[in-house]
Amino acid sequence: MTHHFSAASLLRNAFSGHKNWSQQFRSVEPESKYQAVIVGGGGHGLSAAYHLAREFGITNVAVIEKGWIGGGNTGRNTAMVRSNYLQQDSVKLYDASIKMWESMSQKLNYNVMFSQRGLLHLAHSVSDMQEIGRRAHAINMFGADAELLSPGQVREWLPDINLNCRFPVMGALLQRRGAIARHDAMAWGYARCATELGVDIIQNCEVTGFEINNGQVRSVHTTRGRIETDTVGLAVSGHSTHLADMAGFRLPIETVPLQALVTEPLKPVLKSAVISASIHAYVSQSDKGELVIGGGTDPYVAYSNQGGFDEIETMMTAIKELFPNYSRLRIMRQWAGMVDLTPDRSPIISKTPVRNMYIDGGWGTGGFKTSPIGGLLMAEMMAKDTVPDLAAPFALSRFNTGVLVDEGAASSVAH
Amino acid sequence: MFQIECPYCGKRELTEYSYGGEANLIRPTPVEAEESQAWAGYLFSRTNKRGLHLERWFHVFGCRKWFNVARNTITNEFVDIYLPGEKPQVDEQAKK
Ligand SMILES: Cc1cc2nc3c(=O)[nH]c(=O)nc-3n(C[C@H](O)[C@H](O)[C@H](O)COP(=O)(O)OP(=O)(O)OC[C@H]3O[C@@H](n4cnc5c(N)ncnc54)[C@H](O)[C@@H]3O)c2cc1C
Ligand SMILES: [Zn+2]
Repeated sequence: MTHHFSAASLLRNAFSGHKNWSQQFRSVEPESKYQAVIVGGGGHGLSAAYHLAREFGITNVAVIEKGWIGGGNTGRNTAMVRSNYLQQDSVKLYDASIKMWESMSQKLNYNVMFSQRGLLHLAHSVSDMQEIGRRAHAINMFGADAELLSPGQVREWLPDINLNCRFPVMGALLQRRGAIARHDAMAWGYARCATELGVDIIQNCEVTGFEINNGQVRSVHTTRGRIETDTVGLAVSGHSTHLADMAGFRLPIETVPLQALVTEPLKPVLKSAVISASIHAYVSQSDKGELVIGGGTDPYVAYSNQGGFDEIETMMTAIKELFPNYSRLRIMRQWAGMVDLTPDRSPIISKTPVRNMYIDGGWGTGGFKTSPIGGLLMAEMMAKDTVPDLAAPFALSRFNTGVLVDEGAASSVAH
Repeated sequence: MFQIECPYCGKRELTEYSYGGEANLIRPTPVEAEESQAWAGYLFSRTNKRGLHLERWFHVFGCRKWFNVARNTITNEFVDIYLPGEKPQVDEQAKK
Protein backbone atom coordinates (compact mmCIF):
# COMPACT_ATOMS: atom_id res chain seq x y z
CA MET A 1 0.00 0.00 0.00
CA THR A 2 1.41 3.38 -0.93
CA HIS A 3 1.23 6.41 1.31
CA HIS A 4 -1.47 9.02 0.95
CA PHE A 5 0.40 12.29 0.49
CA SER A 6 -0.81 15.15 2.69
CA ALA A 7 0.55 17.88 4.93
CA ALA A 8 0.03 15.53 7.87
CA SER A 9 1.98 12.68 6.24
CA LEU A 10 4.77 15.10 5.37
CA LEU A 11 4.95 16.21 9.00
CA ARG A 12 4.81 12.64 10.32
CA ASN A 13 7.62 11.56 8.02
CA ALA A 14 9.69 14.58 8.99
CA PHE A 15 9.91 13.14 12.51
CA SER A 16 11.45 9.94 11.16
CA GLY A 17 13.91 11.83 8.95
CA HIS A 18 11.96 10.98 5.77
CA LYS A 19 13.35 7.43 5.89
CA ASN A 20 10.05 5.58 5.91
CA TRP A 21 8.37 6.70 2.69
CA SER A 22 7.24 3.67 0.72
CA GLN A 23 8.24 3.08 -2.90
CA GLN A 24 6.20 5.20 -5.30
CA PHE A 25 5.30 2.42 -7.71
CA ARG A 26 5.97 -1.26 -8.18
CA SER A 27 8.29 -2.42 -10.93
CA VAL A 28 7.83 -6.12 -11.63
CA GLU A 29 8.73 -9.10 -13.81
CA PRO A 30 6.28 -9.73 -16.66
CA GLU A 31 3.60 -12.42 -16.37
CA SER A 32 3.03 -14.67 -19.39
CA LYS A 33 -0.46 -13.30 -20.12
CA TYR A 34 -2.32 -9.99 -19.74
CA GLN A 35 -5.72 -8.82 -20.84
CA ALA A 36 -4.13 -5.66 -22.24
CA VAL A 37 -0.57 -4.63 -23.03
CA ILE A 38 0.54 -1.04 -23.49
CA VAL A 39 3.85 -0.48 -25.27
CA GLY A 40 5.68 2.61 -24.01
CA GLY A 41 5.91 3.93 -20.48
CA GLY A 42 5.73 7.63 -21.26
CA GLY A 43 2.93 9.96 -20.21
CA HIS A 44 0.52 8.60 -22.83
CA GLY A 45 1.13 4.91 -22.03
CA LEU A 46 0.92 5.44 -18.27
CA SER A 47 -2.19 7.61 -18.59
CA ALA A 48 -3.79 4.90 -20.77
CA ALA A 49 -2.97 2.24 -18.17
CA TYR A 50 -4.34 4.35 -15.33
CA HIS A 51 -7.54 5.14 -17.21
CA LEU A 52 -8.02 1.52 -18.32
CA ALA A 53 -7.97 0.49 -14.67
CA ARG A 54 -9.76 3.52 -13.26
CA GLU A 55 -12.47 4.29 -15.80
CA PHE A 56 -12.97 0.93 -17.51
CA GLY A 57 -12.23 -1.57 -14.75
CA ILE A 58 -9.53 -3.39 -16.72
CA THR A 59 -6.71 -3.94 -14.26
CA ASN A 60 -4.91 -6.94 -15.76
CA VAL A 61 -2.69 -4.58 -17.74
CA ALA A 62 1.05 -4.40 -18.42
CA VAL A 63 2.97 -1.31 -19.44
CA ILE A 64 6.11 -2.43 -21.27
CA GLU A 65 8.92 0.13 -21.28
CA LYS A 66 12.29 -0.49 -22.88
CA GLY A 67 14.11 1.97 -20.63
CA TRP A 68 12.69 3.63 -17.54
CA ILE A 69 9.27 5.24 -17.32
CA GLY A 70 9.21 8.86 -18.43
CA GLY A 71 12.67 8.50 -19.97
CA GLY A 72 11.46 9.21 -23.51
CA ASN A 73 10.00 12.51 -24.64
CA THR A 74 7.97 12.71 -21.45
CA GLY A 75 11.18 13.49 -19.56
CA ARG A 76 12.63 15.69 -22.32
CA ASN A 77 9.94 18.21 -23.11
CA THR A 78 9.51 21.80 -22.03
CA ALA A 79 6.22 21.08 -20.28
CA MET A 80 4.05 23.63 -22.02
CA VAL A 81 0.30 23.04 -21.71
CA ARG A 82 -2.07 25.03 -23.96
CA SER A 83 -5.08 24.70 -26.25
CA ASN A 84 -4.59 27.67 -28.57
CA TYR A 85 -4.80 25.65 -31.77
CA LEU A 86 -6.77 26.58 -34.88
CA GLN A 87 -9.18 23.81 -35.82
CA GLN A 88 -12.34 23.00 -33.89
CA ASP A 89 -11.43 19.34 -33.48
CA SER A 90 -8.03 20.20 -32.04
CA VAL A 91 -9.18 22.98 -29.74
CA LYS A 92 -11.75 20.60 -28.26
CA LEU A 93 -9.19 17.84 -27.84
CA TYR A 94 -6.46 20.01 -26.32
CA ASP A 95 -8.86 21.90 -24.10
CA ALA A 96 -10.29 18.64 -22.75
CA SER A 97 -6.73 17.82 -21.77
CA ILE A 98 -6.22 21.16 -19.98
CA LYS A 99 -9.37 20.41 -17.99
CA MET A 100 -7.89 17.08 -16.93
CA TRP A 101 -4.69 18.86 -15.88
CA GLU A 102 -6.67 21.31 -13.76
CA SER A 103 -7.77 18.53 -11.40
CA MET A 104 -4.86 16.11 -11.85
CA SER A 105 -2.93 16.80 -8.64
CA GLN A 106 -6.06 16.19 -6.56
CA LYS A 107 -7.19 13.13 -8.50
CA LEU A 108 -3.78 11.45 -8.40
CA ASN A 109 -2.92 12.70 -4.90
CA TYR A 110 0.35 13.75 -6.48
CA ASN A 111 1.64 17.27 -6.95
CA VAL A 112 2.26 17.68 -10.67
CA MET A 113 3.07 21.37 -10.12
CA PHE A 114 0.53 22.45 -12.72
CA SER A 115 0.81 26.21 -12.90
CA GLN A 116 -1.53 28.26 -15.10
CA ARG A 117 0.71 31.26 -15.44
CA GLY A 118 -0.39 32.08 -18.97
CA LEU A 119 1.17 31.73 -22.36
CA LEU A 120 1.99 34.56 -24.71
CA HIS A 121 2.34 33.95 -28.44
CA LEU A 122 4.07 36.94 -30.08
CA ALA A 123 3.32 38.42 -33.50
CA HIS A 124 6.05 40.20 -35.49
CA SER A 125 4.45 41.05 -38.82
CA VAL A 126 1.14 41.94 -40.43
CA SER A 127 0.60 38.35 -41.46
CA ASP A 128 1.43 37.18 -37.92
CA MET A 129 -1.21 39.61 -36.63
CA GLN A 130 -3.74 38.18 -39.07
CA GLU A 131 -2.82 34.64 -38.06
CA ILE A 132 -3.23 35.27 -34.31
CA GLY A 133 -6.40 37.29 -34.91
CA ARG A 134 -7.96 34.47 -36.84
CA ARG A 135 -6.81 31.95 -34.27
CA ALA A 136 -8.10 33.97 -31.29
CA HIS A 137 -11.56 34.17 -32.86
CA ALA A 138 -11.52 30.45 -33.66
CA ILE A 139 -10.44 29.53 -30.13
CA ASN A 140 -13.11 31.72 -28.53
CA MET A 141 -15.74 30.28 -30.82
CA PHE A 142 -14.79 26.75 -29.84
CA GLY A 143 -15.08 27.51 -26.15
CA ALA A 144 -11.49 27.94 -25.01
CA ASP A 145 -9.84 31.19 -23.89
CA ALA A 146 -7.68 33.54 -25.92
CA GLU A 147 -7.12 37.30 -25.91
CA LEU A 148 -5.31 39.68 -28.23
CA LEU A 149 -2.82 42.07 -26.65
CA SER A 150 -1.43 45.33 -28.05
CA PRO A 151 2.32 46.01 -27.81
CA GLY A 152 1.60 48.22 -24.78
CA GLN A 153 -0.21 45.38 -23.04
CA VAL A 154 2.65 43.04 -23.91
CA ARG A 155 5.06 45.47 -22.28
CA GLU A 156 2.84 45.60 -19.19
CA TRP A 157 2.75 41.80 -19.04
CA LEU A 158 6.52 41.46 -19.60
CA PRO A 159 8.42 44.57 -18.50
CA ASP A 160 11.76 43.07 -19.64
CA ILE A 161 10.80 42.44 -23.26
CA ASN A 162 12.50 44.30 -26.08
CA LEU A 163 9.55 45.22 -28.29
CA ASN A 164 11.72 46.95 -30.85
CA CYS A 165 13.84 43.99 -31.79
CA ARG A 166 14.81 43.27 -35.38
CA PHE A 167 11.28 42.09 -36.13
CA PRO A 168 9.33 44.35 -33.74
CA VAL A 169 6.61 42.85 -31.57
CA MET A 170 3.30 44.04 -33.01
CA GLY A 171 0.96 42.22 -30.66
CA ALA A 172 0.35 38.90 -29.00
CA LEU A 173 -2.12 36.11 -28.40
CA LEU A 174 -2.54 35.43 -24.69
CA GLN A 175 -4.00 32.25 -23.29
CA ARG A 176 -4.34 32.77 -19.54
CA ARG A 177 -5.12 29.10 -18.87
CA GLY A 178 -1.86 28.15 -20.61
CA ALA A 179 0.43 26.44 -18.15
CA ILE A 180 3.61 24.63 -17.35
CA ALA A 181 3.83 21.51 -15.20
CA ARG A 182 6.38 19.08 -13.80
CA HIS A 183 6.73 16.41 -16.49
CA ASP A 184 8.31 13.64 -14.36
CA ALA A 185 5.70 14.13 -11.67
CA MET A 186 2.94 13.45 -14.17
CA ALA A 187 4.57 10.17 -15.23
CA TRP A 188 5.24 9.11 -11.63
CA GLY A 189 1.76 10.14 -10.49
CA TYR A 190 0.05 8.06 -13.19
CA ALA A 191 2.44 5.15 -12.55
CA ARG A 192 1.80 5.24 -8.82
CA CYS A 193 -1.99 5.30 -9.16
CA ALA A 194 -1.99 2.69 -11.93
CA THR A 195 0.09 0.20 -9.94
CA GLU A 196 -2.13 0.79 -6.94
CA LEU A 197 -5.07 -0.31 -9.10
CA GLY A 198 -3.21 -3.48 -10.15
CA VAL A 199 -1.37 -2.49 -13.34
CA ASP A 200 2.10 -4.01 -13.83
CA ILE A 201 4.85 -1.64 -14.90
CA ILE A 202 7.70 -3.51 -16.56
CA GLN A 203 10.84 -1.47 -17.15
CA ASN A 204 14.00 -2.43 -19.05
CA CYS A 205 11.92 -4.61 -21.33
CA GLU A 206 11.83 -3.92 -25.06
CA VAL A 207 9.08 -5.06 -27.41
CA THR A 208 10.78 -6.81 -30.34
CA GLY A 209 7.83 -8.14 -32.33
CA PHE A 210 4.20 -9.18 -32.46
CA GLU A 211 2.60 -12.51 -33.22
CA ILE A 212 -0.30 -11.71 -35.51
CA ASN A 213 -2.87 -14.27 -36.69
CA ASN A 214 -5.82 -13.49 -38.96
CA GLY A 215 -5.20 -9.78 -38.57
CA GLN A 216 -5.25 -9.97 -34.80
CA VAL A 217 -2.40 -9.73 -32.26
CA ARG A 218 -2.03 -12.89 -30.15
CA SER A 219 1.13 -12.08 -28.30
CA VAL A 220 3.88 -9.55 -27.82
CA HIS A 221 7.52 -10.58 -28.02
CA THR A 222 9.82 -8.84 -25.60
CA THR A 223 13.42 -9.07 -24.45
CA ARG A 224 12.00 -10.69 -21.32
CA GLY A 225 9.82 -13.28 -22.95
CA ARG A 226 6.57 -13.71 -24.78
CA ILE A 227 3.37 -12.16 -23.42
CA GLU A 228 -0.03 -13.34 -24.58
CA THR A 229 -2.69 -10.67 -24.80
CA ASP A 230 -6.06 -9.70 -26.28
CA THR A 231 -5.39 -6.01 -26.79
CA VAL A 232 -2.35 -3.88 -27.54
CA GLY A 233 -1.97 -0.10 -27.30
CA LEU A 234 1.02 1.67 -28.83
CA ALA A 235 2.30 4.88 -27.21
CA VAL A 236 5.94 5.06 -28.27
CA SER A 237 6.20 8.54 -29.88
CA GLY A 238 9.39 8.71 -32.00
CA HIS A 239 9.50 4.92 -32.29
CA SER A 240 5.99 4.58 -33.76
CA THR A 241 7.25 3.67 -37.24
CA HIS A 242 9.48 0.96 -35.80
CA LEU A 243 6.60 -0.65 -33.90
CA ALA A 244 4.24 -0.31 -36.88
CA ASP A 245 6.88 -2.05 -39.04
CA MET A 246 6.82 -4.93 -36.56
CA ALA A 247 3.04 -5.11 -36.85
CA GLY A 248 3.13 -4.82 -40.64
CA PHE A 249 1.54 -1.46 -41.38
CA ARG A 250 2.78 1.92 -42.59
CA LEU A 251 2.39 5.26 -40.80
CA PRO A 252 2.55 8.79 -42.20
CA ILE A 253 5.20 9.73 -39.66
CA GLU A 254 8.69 11.18 -39.81
CA THR A 255 10.91 11.17 -36.73
CA VAL A 256 13.05 14.27 -36.22
CA PRO A 257 15.14 15.61 -33.33
CA LEU A 258 13.80 18.43 -31.18
CA GLN A 259 16.00 20.01 -28.57
CA ALA A 260 15.79 22.28 -25.57
CA LEU A 261 18.10 23.71 -22.94
CA VAL A 262 18.06 25.35 -19.53
CA THR A 263 20.03 28.23 -18.06
CA GLU A 264 21.38 28.55 -14.56
CA PRO A 265 18.60 29.18 -12.01
CA LEU A 266 17.48 32.76 -11.32
CA LYS A 267 15.05 34.53 -9.02
CA PRO A 268 11.62 34.89 -10.69
CA VAL A 269 12.13 37.05 -13.79
CA LEU A 270 9.62 35.74 -16.27
CA LYS A 271 5.93 35.75 -15.45
CA SER A 272 4.56 33.44 -18.13
CA ALA A 273 5.64 31.29 -21.02
CA VAL A 274 6.51 33.27 -24.16
CA ILE A 275 6.54 31.90 -27.68
CA SER A 276 7.61 33.42 -30.94
CA ALA A 277 6.93 31.22 -33.92
CA SER A 278 8.27 33.81 -36.35
CA ILE A 279 11.69 34.28 -34.85
CA HIS A 280 11.78 30.68 -33.67
CA ALA A 281 12.13 30.40 -29.93
CA TYR A 282 10.19 30.06 -26.74
CA VAL A 283 11.00 30.42 -23.08
CA SER A 284 9.47 29.83 -19.66
CA GLN A 285 10.84 29.83 -16.13
CA SER A 286 10.65 26.62 -14.13
CA ASP A 287 9.82 26.62 -10.44
CA LYS A 288 13.49 25.85 -9.81
CA GLY A 289 14.30 29.18 -11.46
CA GLU A 290 15.93 27.91 -14.63
CA LEU A 291 14.88 29.47 -17.91
CA VAL A 292 13.70 26.66 -20.14
CA ILE A 293 14.39 27.51 -23.78
CA GLY A 294 13.39 25.69 -26.94
CA GLY A 295 12.92 26.19 -30.65
CA GLY A 296 12.14 24.27 -33.81
CA THR A 297 13.01 20.75 -34.91
CA ASP A 298 15.87 19.72 -37.12
CA PRO A 299 14.57 19.32 -40.65
CA TYR A 300 15.77 15.76 -41.36
CA VAL A 301 14.82 12.29 -40.17
CA ALA A 302 17.10 11.20 -37.34
CA TYR A 303 17.14 8.85 -34.39
CA SER A 304 20.38 10.27 -33.03
CA ASN A 305 18.92 11.82 -29.87
CA GLN A 306 21.02 14.84 -30.78
CA GLY A 307 20.00 18.09 -32.40
CA GLY A 308 21.91 20.33 -34.77
CA PHE A 309 23.95 23.17 -33.29
CA ASP A 310 22.50 25.59 -35.82
CA GLU A 311 19.06 25.15 -34.24
CA ILE A 312 20.48 26.23 -30.87
CA GLU A 313 22.10 29.23 -32.47
CA THR A 314 18.78 30.26 -34.05
CA MET A 315 16.82 30.00 -30.84
CA MET A 316 19.44 31.71 -28.69
CA THR A 317 19.66 34.59 -31.16
CA ALA A 318 15.91 35.02 -30.92
CA ILE A 319 15.84 34.89 -27.12
CA LYS A 320 18.63 37.44 -26.87
CA GLU A 321 16.76 39.73 -29.25
CA LEU A 322 13.60 39.50 -27.14
CA PHE A 323 15.26 39.58 -23.72
CA PRO A 324 18.66 41.28 -23.99
CA ASN A 325 19.13 41.04 -20.23
CA TYR A 326 19.38 37.23 -20.47
CA SER A 327 22.41 37.47 -22.70
CA ARG A 328 25.03 36.62 -20.10
CA LEU A 329 23.24 33.66 -18.52
CA ARG A 330 25.09 30.38 -18.59
CA ILE A 331 23.56 27.31 -20.16
CA MET A 332 23.49 24.34 -17.81
CA ARG A 333 22.14 21.48 -19.89
CA GLN A 334 21.02 20.81 -23.44
CA TRP A 335 19.30 17.69 -24.77
CA ALA A 336 17.12 16.36 -27.57
CA GLY A 337 14.22 13.99 -28.04
CA MET A 338 12.97 12.23 -31.14
CA VAL A 339 9.53 13.45 -32.08
CA ASP A 340 7.00 11.80 -34.39
CA LEU A 341 5.75 14.36 -36.91
CA THR A 342 2.65 13.77 -39.01
CA PRO A 343 2.01 15.66 -42.27
CA ASP A 344 -0.79 17.76 -40.74
CA ARG A 345 0.93 18.12 -37.33
CA SER A 346 -2.04 16.51 -35.61
CA PRO A 347 -1.92 13.27 -33.66
CA ILE A 348 -3.03 9.77 -34.62
CA ILE A 349 -5.47 8.40 -32.04
CA SER A 350 -6.79 5.47 -33.90
CA LYS A 351 -7.52 1.87 -34.59
CA THR A 352 -4.89 0.28 -36.83
CA PRO A 353 -5.00 -2.29 -39.64
CA VAL A 354 -4.37 -4.91 -36.92
CA ARG A 355 -7.79 -5.49 -35.39
CA ASN A 356 -6.98 -5.41 -31.67
CA MET A 357 -4.11 -2.92 -31.84
CA TYR A 358 -4.58 0.80 -31.19
CA ILE A 359 -2.25 3.76 -31.45
CA ASP A 360 -1.90 7.01 -29.54
CA GLY A 361 0.98 8.69 -31.33
CA GLY A 362 2.09 11.20 -33.91
CA TRP A 363 1.98 13.93 -31.27
CA GLY A 364 5.17 15.35 -32.68
CA THR A 365 6.44 18.34 -30.78
CA GLY A 366 3.34 18.85 -28.66
CA GLY A 367 2.07 15.76 -26.88
CA PHE A 368 3.13 16.34 -23.31
CA LYS A 369 0.06 18.47 -22.66
CA THR A 370 -2.21 15.79 -24.03
CA SER A 371 -0.88 12.82 -22.07
CA PRO A 372 -4.07 12.83 -19.95
CA ILE A 373 -6.56 12.95 -22.84
CA GLY A 374 -4.52 10.81 -25.27
CA GLY A 375 -4.24 8.05 -22.68
CA LEU A 376 -7.91 8.30 -21.76
CA LEU A 377 -9.02 8.02 -25.40
CA MET A 378 -6.74 5.07 -26.11
CA ALA A 379 -7.99 3.37 -22.95
CA GLU A 380 -11.56 3.75 -24.18
CA MET A 381 -10.67 2.30 -27.58
CA MET A 382 -8.86 -0.62 -25.94
CA ALA A 383 -11.68 -1.30 -23.50
CA LYS A 384 -14.65 -0.98 -25.87
CA ASP A 385 -13.19 -1.26 -29.36
CA THR A 386 -15.14 1.88 -30.30
CA VAL A 387 -13.73 5.24 -31.29
CA PRO A 388 -14.70 8.10 -28.94
CA ASP A 389 -16.04 11.28 -30.60
CA LEU A 390 -13.04 13.37 -29.57
CA ALA A 391 -10.69 10.87 -31.24
CA ALA A 392 -12.64 10.29 -34.46
CA PRO A 393 -11.14 13.19 -36.47
CA PHE A 394 -7.66 11.89 -35.66
CA ALA A 395 -8.05 8.47 -37.27
CA LEU A 396 -5.34 7.02 -39.46
CA SER A 397 -7.86 6.90 -42.31
CA ARG A 398 -7.80 10.71 -42.66
CA PHE A 399 -4.62 10.38 -44.73
CA ASN A 400 -6.62 8.43 -47.31
CA THR A 401 -9.75 10.55 -47.27
CA GLY A 402 -7.77 13.80 -47.23
CA VAL A 403 -9.75 15.22 -44.29
CA LEU A 404 -6.65 16.48 -42.51
CA VAL A 405 -6.58 18.51 -39.30
CA ASP A 406 -4.01 21.12 -40.30
CA GLU A 407 -2.18 22.55 -37.30
CA GLY A 408 1.03 23.53 -39.07
CA ALA A 409 0.83 27.16 -37.97
CA ALA A 410 -0.13 26.46 -34.36
CA SER A 411 2.62 23.95 -33.74
CA SER A 412 5.73 24.98 -35.66
CA VAL A 413 7.75 26.37 -32.78
CA ALA A 414 5.04 26.46 -30.15
CA HIS A 415 4.96 23.01 -28.60
CA MET B 1 25.92 20.13 -36.75
CA PHE B 2 27.50 18.22 -39.57
CA GLN B 3 29.01 18.96 -42.93
CA ILE B 4 27.80 17.57 -46.22
CA GLU B 5 29.90 16.89 -49.28
CA CYS B 6 28.10 18.43 -52.24
CA PRO B 7 29.05 16.39 -55.33
CA TYR B 8 29.59 19.67 -57.20
CA CYS B 9 31.11 22.01 -54.58
CA GLY B 10 32.69 19.80 -51.92
CA LYS B 11 32.29 19.86 -48.17
CA ARG B 12 30.11 22.63 -46.73
CA GLU B 13 28.21 23.35 -43.52
CA LEU B 14 24.76 21.86 -43.07
CA THR B 15 23.23 25.35 -42.97
CA GLU B 16 23.99 25.78 -46.70
CA TYR B 17 21.64 22.92 -47.55
CA SER B 18 17.98 22.18 -47.35
CA TYR B 19 16.57 18.73 -46.79
CA GLY B 20 14.38 17.31 -49.53
CA GLY B 21 12.94 14.28 -47.76
CA GLU B 22 12.91 10.63 -48.68
CA ALA B 23 14.29 9.76 -52.13
CA ASN B 24 12.80 7.46 -54.76
CA LEU B 25 9.16 8.26 -54.12
CA ILE B 26 7.39 7.40 -57.32
CA ARG B 27 4.44 9.59 -58.24
CA PRO B 28 1.45 7.49 -59.25
CA THR B 29 0.05 8.00 -62.74
CA PRO B 30 -3.31 9.83 -62.85
CA VAL B 31 -5.02 6.47 -63.30
CA GLU B 32 -3.25 4.88 -60.35
CA ALA B 33 -3.87 8.02 -58.30
CA GLU B 34 -7.59 7.57 -58.62
CA GLU B 35 -7.20 4.89 -56.05
CA SER B 36 -6.84 6.98 -52.90
CA GLN B 37 -4.43 4.50 -51.29
CA ALA B 38 -1.82 4.97 -53.99
CA TRP B 39 -2.06 8.74 -53.90
CA ALA B 40 -2.08 8.87 -50.09
CA GLY B 41 0.90 6.56 -49.99
CA TYR B 42 2.85 8.83 -52.32
CA LEU B 43 1.91 11.97 -50.40
CA PHE B 44 2.18 10.80 -46.82
CA SER B 45 3.59 7.34 -46.25
CA ARG B 46 7.32 7.31 -45.44
CA THR B 47 9.83 4.61 -44.51
CA ASN B 48 11.14 6.88 -41.72
CA LYS B 49 14.06 4.51 -41.59
CA ARG B 50 16.01 3.90 -38.41
CA GLY B 51 19.36 3.09 -40.05
CA LEU B 52 20.33 3.67 -43.66
CA HIS B 53 17.99 6.22 -45.24
CA LEU B 54 17.99 7.30 -48.89
CA GLU B 55 17.14 10.98 -49.15
CA ARG B 56 17.47 14.13 -51.25
CA TRP B 57 19.35 17.29 -50.36
CA PHE B 58 19.42 20.66 -52.10
CA HIS B 59 22.50 22.91 -52.00
CA VAL B 60 20.34 25.98 -51.60
CA PHE B 61 23.04 28.49 -50.61
CA GLY B 62 25.61 27.02 -53.01
CA CYS B 63 25.27 25.64 -56.50
CA ARG B 64 21.48 25.21 -56.10
CA LYS B 65 21.60 21.64 -57.37
CA TRP B 66 19.87 18.56 -56.02
CA PHE B 67 21.65 15.33 -55.14
CA ASN B 68 20.99 12.11 -53.27
CA VAL B 69 22.43 10.83 -50.06
CA ALA B 70 22.46 7.56 -48.14
CA ARG B 71 22.67 8.53 -44.46
CA ASN B 72 22.61 6.51 -41.30
CA THR B 73 19.83 8.18 -39.30
CA ILE B 74 21.21 6.92 -35.99
CA THR B 75 24.79 8.20 -36.36
CA ASN B 76 24.21 10.87 -39.05
CA GLU B 77 27.06 9.28 -41.02
CA PHE B 78 26.87 9.94 -44.78
CA VAL B 79 27.48 6.53 -46.26
CA ASP B 80 27.08 7.49 -49.90
CA ILE B 81 26.44 10.61 -51.96
CA TYR B 82 25.25 10.20 -55.53
CA LEU B 83 23.70 12.11 -58.39
CA PRO B 84 20.06 12.00 -59.46
CA GLY B 85 19.56 9.04 -61.78
CA GLU B 86 22.47 7.14 -60.23
CA LYS B 87 22.08 4.20 -57.92
CA PRO B 88 23.58 4.30 -54.44
CA GLN B 89 26.33 1.81 -53.79
CA VAL B 90 24.54 0.76 -50.62
CA ASP B 91 21.19 0.12 -52.24
CA GLU B 92 20.92 -3.54 -51.27
CA GLN B 93 21.88 -2.84 -47.69
CA ALA B 94 19.36 0.00 -47.46
CA LYS B 95 16.54 -2.22 -48.58
CA LYS B 96 16.94 -4.52 -45.60
C1 LIG C 1 12.66 19.14 -26.53
C2 LIG C 1 11.19 18.83 -26.53
C3 LIG C 1 10.28 19.78 -26.12
C4 LIG C 1 8.92 19.51 -26.08
N1 LIG C 1 8.07 20.45 -25.57
C5 LIG C 1 6.77 20.17 -25.41
C6 LIG C 1 5.91 21.11 -24.76
O1 LIG C 1 6.34 22.18 -24.31
N2 LIG C 1 4.59 20.80 -24.63
C7 LIG C 1 4.08 19.62 -25.11
O2 LIG C 1 2.88 19.40 -24.98
N3 LIG C 1 4.88 18.70 -25.72
C8 LIG C 1 6.21 18.94 -25.88
N4 LIG C 1 7.04 18.02 -26.47
C9 LIG C 1 6.46 16.78 -27.03
C10 LIG C 1 6.21 15.74 -25.94
O3 LIG C 1 7.38 15.55 -25.19
C11 LIG C 1 5.77 14.41 -26.53
O4 LIG C 1 4.79 14.58 -27.52
C12 LIG C 1 5.18 13.51 -25.45
O5 LIG C 1 6.01 13.50 -24.31
C13 LIG C 1 5.00 12.10 -25.98
O6 LIG C 1 4.62 11.26 -24.92
P1 LIG C 1 4.55 9.73 -25.13
O7 LIG C 1 4.17 9.11 -23.85
O8 LIG C 1 3.73 9.42 -26.32
O9 LIG C 1 6.04 9.31 -25.57
P2 LIG C 1 7.38 9.09 -24.72
O10 LIG C 1 7.41 9.86 -23.47
O11 LIG C 1 8.52 9.26 -25.67
O12 LIG C 1 7.25 7.58 -24.31
C14 LIG C 1 7.40 6.52 -25.22
C15 LIG C 1 8.14 5.41 -24.53
O13 LIG C 1 8.13 4.26 -25.37
C16 LIG C 1 9.32 3.55 -25.12
N5 LIG C 1 9.55 2.61 -26.21
C17 LIG C 1 9.89 2.89 -27.49
N6 LIG C 1 10.06 1.77 -28.20
C18 LIG C 1 9.79 0.74 -27.36
C19 LIG C 1 9.79 -0.68 -27.51
N7 LIG C 1 10.10 -1.26 -28.66
N8 LIG C 1 9.48 -1.43 -26.42
C20 LIG C 1 9.16 -0.85 -25.22
N9 LIG C 1 9.16 0.49 -25.04
C21 LIG C 1 9.47 1.27 -26.09
C22 LIG C 1 10.36 4.63 -24.99
O14 LIG C 1 11.49 4.18 -24.27
C23 LIG C 1 9.61 5.75 -24.27
O15 LIG C 1 9.82 5.77 -22.88
C24 LIG C 1 8.42 18.26 -26.52
C25 LIG C 1 9.33 17.29 -26.96
C26 LIG C 1 10.69 17.55 -26.95
C27 LIG C 1 11.65 16.47 -27.40
ZN1 LIG D 1 26.86 22.52 -54.40
